[in-house]
Amino acid sequence: MSATAPPLPRLHVVTGKGGTGKTTVAASLALALAGPGRRVLLVEVEGRQGIAPLFDAAPLPYAERHLAAGLDGGEVFGQAVDADEALLDYLTMFYKLGSAGRALRKFGAIDFATTIAPGLRDILLTGKLKEAVSRTESGRMVYDAVVLDAPPTGRIVKFLNVTVESGRLAKTGPIGRHSRSVSRLLHSSLTAVHLVTTPAAMPVQETVDAHRELLAADLPVGHVVLNKTAGAEAVDITAERLREGLRRTGLPSDEALVTALLDEYGTRRAETEAIDSYRARLGTLGRPISELAILPEGVDLSGLYRLARDLRGGLGAPGGAAEGDDPGGDDRGR
Amino acid sequence: MAADLDLDALLSDEGKHVIACCGSGGVGKTTTAAALALRAAERHGRRTVVLTIDPAHRLAQSLGMKALDNTPRPVEGLEGGSLDAMMLDMKRTFDDVVASHTSPDRAAEIFANPFYQAVSSTFSGTQEYMAMEKLGQLRASERWDLIVLDTPPSRSALDFLDAPARLARFLDGRVIRLLSASTPGSRRSMLSLMGASAAVFTRVFNKILGGHLLTDVAEFTASLEDTFGGFRKRAEATFRVLQDDQTSFLVVATPEPAAINEAVYFSRRLTEERMPLDGMIMNRLTPVGASLSAERALGAAATLEEDDPRDPVAAVLRAHADTAQRRAAEQRVADRYSAACPDIPQVRLATLGSEVVDLAGLRRFGAAAAGS
Repeated sequence: MSATAPPLPRLHVVTGKGGTGKTTVAASLALALAGPGRRVLLVEVEGRQGIAPLFDAAPLPYAERHLAAGLDGGEVFGQAVDADEALLDYLTMFYKLGSAGRALRKFGAIDFATTIAPGLRDILLTGKLKEAVSRTESGRMVYDAVVLDAPPTGRIVKFLNVTVESGRLAKTGPIGRHSRSVSRLLHSSLTAVHLVTTPAAMPVQETVDAHRELLAADLPVGHVVLNKTAGAEAVDITAERLREGLRRTGLPSDEALVTALLDEYGTRRAETEAIDSYRARLGTLGRPISELAILPEGVDLSGLYRLARDLRGGLGAPGGAAEGDDPGGDDRGR
Repeated sequence: MAADLDLDALLSDEGKHVIACCGSGGVGKTTTAAALALRAAERHGRRTVVLTIDPAHRLAQSLGMKALDNTPRPVEGLEGGSLDAMMLDMKRTFDDVVASHTSPDRAAEIFANPFYQAVSSTFSGTQEYMAMEKLGQLRASERWDLIVLDTPPSRSALDFLDAPARLARFLDGRVIRLLSASTPGSRRSMLSLMGASAAVFTRVFNKILGGHLLTDVAEFTASLEDTFGGFRKRAEATFRVLQDDQTSFLVVATPEPAAINEAVYFSRRLTEERMPLDGMIMNRLTPVGASLSAERALGAAATLEEDDPRDPVAAVLRAHADTAQRRAAEQRVADRYSAACPDIPQVRLATLGSEVVDLAGLRRFGAAAAGS
């Protein structure tokens, strides 16, 4: 690995204010990253089952499952990570618990441990991510990239930094050790935290705040995604001109319709101008910005692929031009 | 389509003392709560307080206040009436609960416990529990006619109902009793009937979590048990307040599939729990002014563009078609709620021209929601 080119991110954490479309962006990003011959894992951790409906699929299980074909022939797998299951995994892995694990669960102990131990839930969830990112099979990485539909901006730093906290609290034991190794991954350039926002004041403000908090916590920020942009082409239009045009095409041209159309057009122009100012504000963060236009008919599966194509040039290829010259830089395990 | 929700009737109803705005994150709960509280104060002369939990300080912005701390502060610039606003400080509320129920020495001991520090500031569920606790305190003070509650930005609206009981169950439950019974340093007997299995349990969890944590937990819960007389009882009492018909739940959603699904689940759950669900507020529909179908607009635009590809009238028509299509798609999504919960009165709100960031904006929002 040359000193000038840090490794490409393999763990993409997609966060944003609620309602900005982070699940949609995460799903499109997974499709975009799944280029020819590549495998991408798309993970959700909040038990919301937000991914499956986007792909017209049945609810995602805890086990990884094939979800969709990526753009140009790759594969996207999906998984809904559940903390209780993850804890049983760890117990089995570290202690060969077997059926004793089920007994613990019946006893309420699993539920207890994941709920009461501060942040244990988040530790287990981030731990699963690390495992998926670093898993190898016959000497090659199982997944070329892992995309996380992450908790919203308000909780993202706490979520990603829980392993720093737990490394402190759990000084001994596998959780302590594990915490420290997960923490190393999340603070390295193998991880990129992408911030999704819509062109509106509060989401943009939260993005700016989250950017600052992520930097303060030494977490790697990737792209900013300006989602659901809309607007209208700038033209000179007067009521007379509009009325004349409506008449010429056989549409009604009454005063009420002319006024309403002009109002709507004014609103759309204002949206366009607002987007310019938000773009400028987000530009001050110094991160690459990817833009996704709103899909007027809502997001269905084909809409998702459309968004993936829009992302491919920027966010979908996080190294930019570097992507082409050293794709092997991130799988040295091969 | 369901009946229209009459918000003015609800806000002026003197039998209602709590209005809780629920919904998934990002649907405009905070704005809705603040706008309703403002309208209740200004229009209906009710002494109102709005309790918000969101850490993004959005309500603070909306209400033009620099800092919302853990005490209600009067909102300035009202056009009549009395409105206070506060933002929940979870840690401080927890500290207050501890301090008011125990001796200063004991309280200091609890505050110093690393596990308490973690639970009071990070435990998922603490925020919800403390919101309930604060609601209980505000009600008990009888300073207000109406408390409008913005619920925590949980991953799911259901957390607000479930988390307090969950926290109570854990702090009060049998696993923790076992821990207290089997951890060295506790005053409980090691010779209890459950001693043997508890020892196995403790050994496993000591291995996973590291020894310090369990000891901290056990000490913490032992101190709590002595001083509180059961977390569960407190949580249950607040939960009962939410069940009586002095309370009104409003579900807030936006016309997006995830938000609608959440709203439907939440509404069903409220109905099952016999919680008084009085309506649903559908925020942020795309405003459409012109009554002209998207198809006709697009057809006419295409005709105009045959003569002049840059015809400005065509651009205006295309902008309208785009707007109308967006609105139609949103209506289809919103109708899923009507289909699933036909008995719940609704109000659907188009996005206001500018974002709601001040009292004037909240006033406009409230007027639109009340249909005036």
